[in-house]
Amino acid sequence: MSAIILFLAVLAMIAGWWLSQQRLTAKPWLEEGPAGDFPGGDAMTWPAAKVGLGVFLAVASALFVLFISAYSMRMSVVDWRPLPVPRLLWVNTGVLILSSVALQWSYVAARRHDTEGVIIGLVAGGASAVIFLAGQLLAWQRLGAAGYFVASNPANSFFYLLTAVHGLHLTGGLVALGRTSAKMWRGAAIAEMRLSVELCAIYWHFLLLVWLVLLGLLTGWTDDFIDICRQLLS
Amino acid sequence: MVDIPYEGIRGIPPAEVPDVELYHPRSWWTRYVFSQDAKVIAIQYSLTATAIGLVALVLSWLMRLQLGFPGTFSFIDANQYLQFITMHGMIMVIYLLTALFLGGFGNYLIPLMVGARDMVFPYVNMLSYWVYLLAVLVLASTFFVPGGPTGAGWTLYPPQAILSGTPGQDWGIILMMASLILFIIGFTMGGLNYVVTVLQARTRGMTLMRLPLTVWGIFTATVMALLAFPALFVASVMLLLDRLLGTSFFMPALVEMGQLSKYGGGSPLLFQHLFWFFGHPEVYIVALPAFGIVSDLISTHARKNIFGYRMMVWAIVAIGALSFIVWAHHMYVSGMFPQFGYFFATTTLIIAIPTAIKVYNWVLTLWRGDIHLTVPMLFALGFIITFVNGGLTGLFLGNVVVDVPLSDTMFVVAHFHMVMGVAPIMVVLGAIYHWYPKVTGRMLNDAMGKFHFWVTFLGAYLIFFPMHYLGLLGVPRRYFELGDATFIPSSAHSLNAFISVVALTVGFSQMVFLFNLVWSMFKGEASGGNPWRATTLEWQTPETPPGHGNWGKELPVVYRWAYDYSVPGAAEDFIPQNQPPRATQLVQGAAS
Repeated sequence: MSAIILFLAVLAMIAGWWLSQQRLTAKPWLEEGPAGDFPGGDAMTWPAAKVGLGVFLAVASALFVLFISAYSMRMSVVDWRPLPVPRLLWVNTGVLILSSVALQWSYVAARRHDTEGVIIGLVAGGASAVIFLAGQLLAWQRLGAAGYFVASNPANSFFYLLTAVHGLHLTGGLVALGRTSAKMWRGAAIAEMRLSVELCAIYWHFLLLVWLVLLGLLTGWTDDFIDICRQLLS
Repeated sequence: MVDIPYEGIRGIPPAEVPDVELYHPRSWWTRYVFSQDAKVIAIQYSLTATAIGLVALVLSWLMRLQLGFPGTFSFIDANQYLQFITMHGMIMVIYLLTALFLGGFGNYLIPLMVGARDMVFPYVNMLSYWVYLLAVLVLASTFFVPGGPTGAGWTLYPPQAILSGTPGQDWGIILMMASLILFIIGFTMGGLNYVVTVLQARTRGMTLMRLPLTVWGIFTATVMALLAFPALFVASVMLLLDRLLGTSFFMPALVEMGQLSKYGGGSPLLFQHLFWFFGHPEVYIVALPAFGIVSDLISTHARKNIFGYRMMVWAIVAIGALSFIVWAHHMYVSGMFPQFGYFFATTTLIIAIPTAIKVYNWVLTLWRGDIHLTVPMLFALGFIITFVNGGLTGLFLGNVVVDVPLSDTMFVVAHFHMVMGVAPIMVVLGAIYHWYPKVTGRMLNDAMGKFHFWVTFLGAYLIFFPMHYLGLLGVPRRYFELGDATFIPSSAHSLNAFISVVALTVGFSQMVFLFNLVWSMFKGEASGGNPWRATTLEWQTPETPPGHGNWGKELPVVYRWAYDYSVPGAAEDFIPQNQPPRATQLVQGAAS
């Protein structure tokens, strides 16, 4: 459970920093009058959707970190046999990076009011995300063909579970991306769509980051790191 | 309402409201059924939660019948008893209390109290309710599937939860997991709304330190729930896979019905860690909204500003943060590394400090207040007393050496029913009596309300106080019948019968409350917009019940905190939050 505690500590620091900007030491019973008379404390100026996405990313991170916590606790039991990670995953990772880059490009295009660039970026990003998902399914199929079934070892179970959860999050993102692309296609004003494109790009970068962490975990790259952490804690 | 001519007094001009953001219903269906208005969603949440809560209430009667008069009722067998326990606990904690406090009160009060027109993502908010309803229906369907609902206990500990021999192993446990997963998805949609609305949609002048404590409580509880429910989600998904696909996340190698099962190597302890990582914050997810609401009830009905507002806010935040590092005090006897217990015992005792601050501040708010013993106030007082009682036994159970012998006895049952059963329900009831006039425009009947309070309050003590004693005797919880154990004297059996009689009486007396809710809707005394003469924004709406969009043409502007009661020199004993300062001075001038 140390991973989730660490994660919550980071969140607590961010929340604490934000709260420290909110004049929690004010004495509201003395401060009668328009709020402008007193510094700080008004509602945020960010768009609500962006704050909403930020909160959602915190929740989704908590979910993934909890899976990672469970993973690291379960892997210390003796029956754990790491499975050979299919090479295909590296191709998939490359495709997901491309997808993220395409959406970033789309966002940059939106800032330049380049409608065509936005559409190309969105479509390229969406298509490569679909290819990534197909690649993940193919990797499942190959593992199954090689005899690594979901229930044959906890390492396999976690492999299927983590990739599935990540894939489902990406699928949810594709729905939002599809809606944004459809609106762009039907000729919505770029100024109205800029926020949607930005939110899609942020979500894609987040999922890329999550995937890289998961990949490190599944390939065993982070084993040494986990061992070091474990020794530090015990 | 103070009659102050607003024209001519120049406050701050109200903020411009972009009206495009507000959604407008076009038909009866979108107005009352698939509504995106937070107030309608709140009522939908509350009614659904109450309906499933009544099922849980009936289950508790059945349990009490069995415990009080074992062997008398042939329609209750041991398996059903376990199923009743499981469903009663799960429904009450998650589907009733969490949904009612956050989905019900959160939806109704947050936009009104912060001066917003609605939640920031109304469509997602609507979706949240319908997913919640689906979760409730899936849960209720387990009563009708072959094998019935799961009987694993509300904690659903593996390995027994998914092994044959536990009732509901076929379908009950699968549907339970599915229902929990749905509930968490639905809650996350709602929770995003509550958090972002408080962050983004506060009206002009509504700084964080001018928020009513109700909003602080619900806001903090929502943040906690958003971070804690994923742990239950992870545990549910993995347990579901263990059950359906035969993985061994939690399941160790064991012999099932004389045969070696397919499982091996899994860790039941891992499940307990995940479950309680959700489970303990859950206690405070229910408690913090109650803390917030009760602060507002006490302040309003004692006509006095809340004592130590800043300290109350800090305590809420501190409790929220600390509640994430106490979870393993539920696991002292689980076989985890024993020294962990002492760390968690320490954090548990530390969390008593901010909690005690809150209790002292409530009492100091009452001190020399102008206490009106209205029904909401009675329930608020009932809450404080009950919460202190339940909290004190928590100190016993939080200590490893005392907990070990008391674990799994009726003492534990008595403790958590006092602290997170009776106490939050007191607040729920008090809050309903308090805000019902705003929701319907009519007062609840006072005589029926007082009867309801005294029966519920005294009854709760007659039920749960003796239960502590049973626990000290060593009477175990979750047992279908006690048999002829020599350490249980026959007086304990008669005490059990007594508890059952009282429990049935108190349970039936709730029908008076339900009748009152319906009767007052048509025959209740008209309340006007602000019957309690309260300061917070929800009482200052131009219409009662508040119309679509809450605030006529212009959003209110806030000039003061939420607790200006009995301000010296003011004409009235309350000053609404949206009253400009110069208006007050004028009134003062007029009064002198």
